[in-house]
Amino acid sequence: MISINSYLFVTVLLFCLGLYNVITRSNAVGILMGVELILNAASLNMVAFAHFNGNLVGGGIFALFLIVLAAAEAAVALAIVVSIYRQFGTIDVEEATNLKG
Amino acid sequence: MPMIELKDIAFIILALITLGSAGGVAFSKKIIYSGFSLLGSLFGVAGLYILLSNDFIAATQLLIYVGGVLILILFAIMLTSKIGDIAVTNKSINWKVAIPIIAGLACFLISSFSGDIWKVADKTPYQSSVSFIGNALLKEFLLPFEVISIVLLCALIGSIVILKREVK
Repeated sequence: MISINSYLFVTVLLFCLGLYNVITRSNAVGILMGVELILNAASLNMVAFAHFNGNLVGGGIFALFLIVLAAAEAAVALAIVVSIYRQFGTIDVEEATNLKG
Repeated sequence: MPMIELKDIAFIILALITLGSAGGVAFSKKIIYSGFSLLGSLFGVAGLYILLSNDFIAATQLLIYVGGVLILILFAIMLTSKIGDIAVTNKSINWKVAIPIIAGLACFLISSFSGDIWKVADKTPYQSSVSFIGNALLKEFLLPFEVISIVLLCALIGSIVILKREVK
């Protein structure tokens, strides 16, 4: 009854909620949470494909590398957020406009 | 009428937890509530990994995402924003533009895989994935494994450099 399409449906909804978060948030940490949701959706998709394909390793390796890269990305992004907060006194991405042409 | 198995019920519950918490992340009025909703979403995804018989990845997800990244995000929220100020912490912009884009994308993606188009392999009995992943990491994926440790070192040094205060 639960086929690969059910998993794909869940990951599509997860991806769309993450993308909505990235588009609509003006808080930099909120945008980062959206990116985490998108990365989770992608790795869940890969693991689902590998599982239904009978592949024991591929999806797990992909998800493992993706989790590690997401951790590195979160560390650097949050360092940048705190640095922006020191510079501008806010983390609203609409207000940190020094580079706007 | 098809039999409803236990794993189908587990899948439905886990999917509801994941998507409900993701909705909480996307639509919550306060950024701190978004952060706590992210916890439920990550737990739900870890449960789905277990249903897909990837126990090692589920444990890694719990250890690194819930134990590391989520705590880091909550710390960043508490260090930067004025928690009580709803209008400042989590205002939603551009949602009139975002909703048609997201709805169109969701329809396109769902229609792209609807129907019975996948060739599914025969079911194999469950095996723990830990030894397979360990062997693969030290055989076929040795080079990416080494490269990602350098990436982690760079991220570590980079975040320290970014956060360092200038000493005059």
